[in-house]
Amino acid sequence: MSDVLDELRYCSTHEWVSSVDKGVVSIGITDHAQDQLGDLVFVELPEVGQVFEAEGECAVVESVKAASDIYSPVSGEVVEVNEALMDSPELVNDDPYGDGWLFKIRITDETELDNLLDADGYREVADA
Amino acid sequence: MLIYQQSRRGRRAAAQAPLQQGDLSGIPETFRRKQRADLPQVSEMQTVRHYTRLSQQNFSIDTQFYPLGSCTMKYNPRGCNTLAMLPNLLARHPEAPADHSQGFMACLYELQEMLKEVTGMQAVSLSPAAGAQGEFAGVAMIRAYHEARGDAARTEILVPDAAHGTNPASAVMCGYTVREIPSGPDGDVDVEALRKVVGPQTAGIMLTNPSTLGVFDRRIEEIASLVHEAGGLLYYDGANLNAILGKVRPGDMGCDVIHVNLHKTFSTPHGGGGPGAGPVGVSKRLQPYLPVPMVAQSEGQYRWLTEGDCPESIGRLSAFAGNAGILLRAYIYACMLGGEGMERVAEYSTLNANYMLKRLMDAGFDAAYPERRATHEFILTLHKQAKQLGVNTMDFAKRLLDYGFHAPTTYFPLLVPECLLIEPTETESREELDGFIEALCSIKQEAEENPELVKGAPYNLPVKRLDDVRAARELDLVWKSDKNT
Repeated sequence: MSDVLDELRYCSTHEWVSSVDKGVVSIGITDHAQDQLGDLVFVELPEVGQVFEAEGECAVVESVKAASDIYSPVSGEVVEVNEALMDSPELVNDDPYGDGWLFKIRITDETELDNLLDADGYREVADA
Repeated sequence: MLIYQQSRRGRRAAAQAPLQQGDLSGIPETFRRKQRADLPQVSEMQTVRHYTRLSQQNFSIDTQFYPLGSCTMKYNPRGCNTLAMLPNLLARHPEAPADHSQGFMACLYELQEMLKEVTGMQAVSLSPAAGAQGEFAGVAMIRAYHEARGDAARTEILVPDAAHGTNPASAVMCGYTVREIPSGPDGDVDVEALRKVVGPQTAGIMLTNPSTLGVFDRRIEEIASLVHEAGGLLYYDGANLNAILGKVRPGDMGCDVIHVNLHKTFSTPHGGGGPGAGPVGVSKRLQPYLPVPMVAQSEGQYRWLTEGDCPESIGRLSAFAGNAGILLRAYIYACMLGGEGMERVAEYSTLNANYMLKRLMDAGFDAAYPERRATHEFILTLHKQAKQLGVNTMDFAKRLLDYGFHAPTTYFPLLVPECLLIEPTETESREELDGFIEALCSIKQEAEENPELVKGAPYNLPVKRLDDVRAARELDLVWKSDKNT
């Protein structure tokens, strides 16, 4: 069974969102997602300043098996991306909830977080 | 070992040495080599051994069962090759005038006619040189059709989520936005979801039937009328034509434009990345837009149809009439089979797939769509084994190599977790199918009793488990001699 952290919120498309810190949330992919994808070889991140709608395509992760789109769980503007992934995409496999975060968004509407899954809700998705 | 590593100064193969100095007078001085090319210096026997050994290290349809799903790796009769290489066909220059090319053109014309008949389409152009180029031509014709009617509002192409990745790529290449349609739990296109998104912005839908999920979409007529009523066109991707050859015609399903992968269904060795041939067929309303050249016939004389004859054509996809060698092989193969033989292709390819599916399900494997009859291919999911035993689909696939089988398609389609897409084709014997089934059952037992054994496979091949990540991230494709490094 892969790790699902209680303090995060999740999408059924396997992204996680941290709690809000000064209007900003961190976003990444779940342990289950990295396990299903296999070893990542490339991560294409958005650019700082780009604005996304919730569920908009915003990044691509490529593993030895497949390339997958990453959807933004919430609407907002990208304020920081994890540059370390350019040289070390394996950080996503090694530490998906920590050093393997993808990008940070200044969230437009915090009530969008209520549409996301909690840890138990996501456990059901990942276990299916 | 590379042949360069066997090179020793002064060693040579007399058989390959030129008999006389070539005439260089036509080549300007600036383009002439100043130093000898850095070729390996080896004996004739070293050369023979080197390349024979390489060919033995290869997995191929000539040596092994090759059930690579959605690729139709069947036996390609040697006779097709032999006849396609008749001297008058082989030596024909592509610029030769039509009155010196009547035999070649007759073959192409008859192939056009046979493909029309077996697909139920109004007209066929043979010129696309690959499946994806056929898709590009097909979508370009859809675009030309809407533009000719002054209908600029159609900006979307619908693509089911089970489609080959080339479908959305071709649509984007032609300037369309792609909208994905989900599959239902039974593997058919979710018609209710389709109903919600089809509209005046719909240029068309690209459909593969049977789909890559290994099932025949039973609601195809409903899908066709939904899209047609909204003013869109129906594109049929012929990737899986082997399953329905001579039995069901895309034209009768209501398709407006199709492509056929001749290299899969009509006898060309493939799998090394080409060459291919992806002829397109169309309904009457798209006929003016077919790519040129095509062959026309009147009173026993064959002539090329070019831009002058077809002013609304989307144009040329290559300099000449497609991949001539493959078109000739396909023509010969189609003549050898005849209509009756084509039906047998569909019958035996689906029988073989269903036989394997049933036996593997009886042996405890999980089918992705256990309630559905397979077409010419089927999907197993090793989700259970991955979860309970930690042995995943890639491990099974690698272990199959040790048993002497080419692995089936793995991890495609993306919709089914831990999947194997297995396509036996019609040309395998029952004993061969049984051998593969028994190998899969043995591996399943190994996975249950000694998972580490399967996770470390392969053991019997020239190379062991490869480091896929390093291979993807540190490409090392070009040999450099020690002198230059």
